[in-house]
Amino acid sequence: MRKLLLYLVPLILFTNISYALIEIDITEGNREPLPLAISEFFHDNSPEIIDKKITENIRTVISDDLERSGLFSSVDNKAFIQNNRAMHLKPRFADWRLIKAQGLLTGELAIEEDRLRVEFRLWDTFAEKEIEGLVLITTIDNWRRISHMIADKIYERLTGEEGYFDTRIVYVAEEGPKNKRIKKLAIMDQDGANHKFLTSGKELVLTPRFNPVRQEITYLSYFKNLPRVYLLNIQTGIQEVVGDFPGMTFAPRFSPDGEKIIMSLAREGNSDLYVMDLTTRVVERLTDSPAIDTSPSYSPDGKRITFNSDRGGSQQIYVMDSNGRNQKRISKQGGNYATPVWSPRGDLIAFTKFYQGQYFIGVMRTDGSGERLLTENWYQEAPSWSSNGRVLIFYRETKANDAGDGHSSSIWSIDLTGFNERKIITPVDASDPSWSKLIQ
Amino acid sequence: MVSTFQNYTRYLVIILCALFLAACETVPKESATSTTSTSTAAVEIVDGVYVGSDTVEMLAVDVPDRIFFAYDSYSLTKAAQNTLEKQAKWLKANGSATIAIEGHADERGTREYNLALGDRRANAAKDYLMTQGISSSRVTTISFGKERPVNSGSNKKAWAQNRRSVTVRTN
Repeated sequence: MRKLLLYLVPLILFTNISYALIEIDITEGNREPLPLAISEFFHDNSPEIIDKKITENIRTVISDDLERSGLFSSVDNKAFIQNNRAMHLKPRFADWRLIKAQGLLTGELAIEEDRLRVEFRLWDTFAEKEIEGLVLITTIDNWRRISHMIADKIYERLTGEEGYFDTRIVYVAEEGPKNKRIKKLAIMDQDGANHKFLTSGKELVLTPRFNPVRQEITYLSYFKNLPRVYLLNIQTGIQEVVGDFPGMTFAPRFSPDGEKIIMSLAREGNSDLYVMDLTTRVVERLTDSPAIDTSPSYSPDGKRITFNSDRGGSQQIYVMDSNGRNQKRISKQGGNYATPVWSPRGDLIAFTKFYQGQYFIGVMRTDGSGERLLTENWYQEAPSWSSNGRVLIFYRETKANDAGDGHSSSIWSIDLTGFNERKIITPVDASDPSWSKLIQ
Repeated sequence: MVSTFQNYTRYLVIILCALFLAACETVPKESATSTTSTSTAAVEIVDGVYVGSDTVEMLAVDVPDRIFFAYDSYSLTKAAQNTLEKQAKWLKANGSATIAIEGHADERGTREYNLALGDRRANAAKDYLMTQGISSSRVTTISFGKERPVNSGSNKKAWAQNRRSVTVRTN
């Protein structure tokens, strides 16, 4: 797809990182957003930069990313007080403190040999120091990705956690009435830009998941009315069925190394978990219970698997070793549990819970302790983690009236703290979101 | 496989046409019962299982095409067994007929679990047909989970009507 030419050159000259006053503790939740002044970058008046409004666009993308995280607020552009060339060299910190900006982002753009050179600096206005600085060089049309990467750098510098803005979301786009719903795979940047449909809608498709290491998606397709797990190469558009199974295969997920697919196989009314090596095509059966075993998820080290089973009489969450041994129930707070997803940090499992007629998205430790419910609604399910394990996306449906109207489906995000719940805007209704790792 | 699928879709079109006609026919009947709406609605669901006749199509005279299930259940009620016995008789009388059983779930459950539940329901119906002497080679199953509700409402009656397995002729 988008060919990226990119060089990261640390601004060694300016890296004077001794200490900084501004830091955000993101485990806290519901804190006041940190006010940042994000200036429009100074530029060399190249026609490409002016024509494509690259200065304004970069500022908007960075500022939107940071504001959506709920951790930062952007100081009004009009409140800016200093010429942008001068401030990139040495801001008048007192002026910025006066308009309550605790951090200041400055930068400089230039076109060099048909490529865009972006230099930025992040300043702590109270410590009066540069705390981050970098030069990025890329193709001109790549200004949007550069903006996400700058936002990631700022997030990382100020929170101590990896950013998650240079990422994408694959999901199921939905249209039409409930009983004749048309579903297509769609992909977009985490902020909704670069939206693209990946399938035509001719076949019912469900539950896409990203390969963590390759430009690849696994999903369920009803091609020729045979529900099977498929692979889709995002770059070539080539789709292929995974394996040759005698029944419906569904609920596919990649292993952390991207080399295997774990999924459910339904045979004669019984669903068990299987894993298939994508290179050798060797299939291994992992569970063998007369119950429904589905919605698997690997731990980030690939050593364990969490999954959903009703073997005890109701839907609960289980964990086992990746060879299927030591199967153990971990959910125990009452109600039904589903769609467990292991956090990329390894410490938590996110889930859907159905209790007393309401649906919850929550997290628990991997032994089932410390359950926390983050959001409650009439219907919501299928959480997917941000690459840094700080944010979850999921989908939520509204109730239809008795005539069957008024139903809608959309993707939402919420912080691990339970705050900062936001709807993610999509061109049509949306479900089954899956969030990518940081793009390599 | 391709030809079977084409036959299947062609048959679906016929079903949809039949459904449309049937819907027109039942309009007066529905408005007649609507005067006692709340009490009628209560009687239509027994122990969580739909017992009414709305949405039910006929494979032949007195051979209903579908059976209904309780929430998160795939056990066959007496009424379901009765319907499947009629289907088995019809299949015996029409020795060349092949069928697909579609398993469905209501919207109150996670998508992937419901795919497995739909598969359970379709296979529960298939197994019962086999106990009635129908060869498994004549019966395929497919689960649609909660993807193809027959009633798009979000209420108890809609959910009960959607928890079903539907027998569709494939040739």
